[in-house]
Amino acid sequence: MAQVVSTHGHSHEGNGHSHSEILGGHQSYTTVTDTISDVVLKRPLGKAWLFGFAIAFALLMMFLFAITNLLVRGIGIWGVNIPVGWGFDIVNFVWWIGIGHAGTLISAILLLLKQDWRTSINRFAEAMTLFAVACAGLYPLMHMGRPWLFYWLAPMPNTMALWPQFRSPLVFDVFAVSTYATVSLLFWYVGLIPDLATLRDRATNPIVKKLYAIPALGWRGSAIHWHRYRTAYLLLAGIATPLVVSVHTIVALDFTTGIIPGWHTTVFPPYFVAGAIFSGFAMVATLAIPLRSYFGLKDYITDKHLDNMAKVMLVTGLIVTYGYMIEGFMAWYGANTYERYQMLVDRPFGAYKHDWWLLILCNCVMTQLLWFKSIRNNVILLWLISIVINVGMWLERYVIVVLSLHSDFLPSSWGMYHGTVWDYMTFYGSIGLFMTLMFLFVRVLPAISIAEMRELVHELHERDEAKTHATPPAARTV
Amino acid sequence: MSDTAPTFAESVHTPSRVSTGEVYGLMAEFIEPDHVVRAARRAYRAGFRKMDGYSPLPVVGLAEAIGFKKNRVATIVLLGGVTGACSGMFMQWFASTVHYPLIIAGRPYASWPSFVPITFELGILFAAFSAVFGMLALNGLPRLYHPVFNAPGFDLASQDRFFLCIEATDPKFHLTQTREFLESLGARTVSVVEH
Repeated sequence: MAQVVSTHGHSHEGNGHSHSEILGGHQSYTTVTDTISDVVLKRPLGKAWLFGFAIAFALLMMFLFAITNLLVRGIGIWGVNIPVGWGFDIVNFVWWIGIGHAGTLISAILLLLKQDWRTSINRFAEAMTLFAVACAGLYPLMHMGRPWLFYWLAPMPNTMALWPQFRSPLVFDVFAVSTYATVSLLFWYVGLIPDLATLRDRATNPIVKKLYAIPALGWRGSAIHWHRYRTAYLLLAGIATPLVVSVHTIVALDFTTGIIPGWHTTVFPPYFVAGAIFSGFAMVATLAIPLRSYFGLKDYITDKHLDNMAKVMLVTGLIVTYGYMIEGFMAWYGANTYERYQMLVDRPFGAYKHDWWLLILCNCVMTQLLWFKSIRNNVILLWLISIVINVGMWLERYVIVVLSLHSDFLPSSWGMYHGTVWDYMTFYGSIGLFMTLMFLFVRVLPAISIAEMRELVHELHERDEAKTHATPPAARTV
Repeated sequence: MSDTAPTFAESVHTPSRVSTGEVYGLMAEFIEPDHVVRAARRAYRAGFRKMDGYSPLPVVGLAEAIGFKKNRVATIVLLGGVTGACSGMFMQWFASTVHYPLIIAGRPYASWPSFVPITFELGILFAAFSAVFGMLALNGLPRLYHPVFNAPGFDLASQDRFFLCIEATDPKFHLTQTREFLESLGARTVSVVEH
């Protein structure tokens, strides 16, 4: 019944990129459908999954506790005060939203660039985007102090006849992040529709079947539907690409429009975008490595994928390093006393020097290990490096937010900031929220796009056929 | 594979499903995507117009082979994006100059360069909504019930099989002749689809 489409296994044929590197084993439409949907429909709950979920859920409960306390007592429980009015909340916001950006990059930009290795990682990278944006969005809301008035941010002529201040990047941010969350959700859901139909048709439990049937919207795989679907999907990718750049640019503008030394610099938007991709790919690697080994998906998320992700991390890491260098150079070259003090004295030698040097170690030094193929191909090392990068990118935002505020213009307004236990509980709690959603996602939805994997099988098969038929005419006449 | 399992339509609609005996069309099953495209081309050449292909992956050329030409999704997305961008710019201009004029940093009321980011974001937002809902609306989705789900083995259309359905509303449709025609195209099975 299953027609086997050879993807020339692991044979590496001569020069060029052998496409079998991105799809291991002998795969057919049937095998990709079965393997990926069985993870959801047939696989029993494993001990490792339950254990991981329990930890994530416990962290989520801690998050709930921290937020409840925050709502009862106000943001005075956090470490923020004058002069450091932005602390963990903004650090975490930028960190989470940056992580989310890799999902869009993989699903949209790599689609437009026809990078077929994206196919097996785009689904859960998009899920990662959604959950990371959910975590990110909570922080500015909580930081408002009175989050139940969040709707004042919305552009509506309310009873006080007030409008948002449309010239402020903080209002740009409201629009950018909410648009980003919405478009990411739409993109993810549209991608899911054919797979939901597959799960609907494969599920044997009638209740499960109905639960998948409803969001599948009655998808029947009609050729005309597919035609419109492809156009819509491609256009969504096309508009998500400038969107993701705009979102982190606007996040950078939140800082750069301020005159605070250390914020007021033009290099911020591009290096924020690069930093977002850097941390996002690190998070994808952090998640993909355990996922593929636990669910037995090594034929789909191959070593080639990890190698490519490591290369993206290396490149974006170098861009980020360049950003740090330009910050230092402009502080020296620009001859602004305050900026020079901030960048060249306070950061490397001031009260927070440990954070700054650790940041350089994580983001600039450790990344250089990825130059070596042997390290990129060592799964454990790559996983550890990806975690180091996540830590480094969190520290980067900490350095930017806290260090710039703690010593600005007048020494009389200098002060120290440290997160309180509630800051830490909220931060680790949001990791719990993220992990809980991730754990649930890999159980109830296909973590790899089945329809796109079928397409990949089809394409690789056609490429094979083209190769075998590409015999010279002379040989054919013989 | 799952010939014994109930199809989606059966499981969802068993209580209300009364076979009227009315024929929706004839469903031919193929193993390879290329075969269904070839069959669709030949059916089109034979004069059939009311037909559709069903596949678990987008098959290049299948929609064109059954004579589908007008894909209006791109136009809808463009209109949506332009509408979003215009309303974004208008909203900010209206709020800043008419409804709540306020001097910020000495800028003119209609300081359009600072309105660009939100204009852009709303353009993207509306374009995305138009892409998704436009595509669904043109496709007539959501539609949980459709006669093709009654075809035996149609649950494989979302897994590893390719189908071509010639509908009974086609003027050239004839139950036995069309069946023979479909069989001559190399279909693995041909079955009657009831409403």
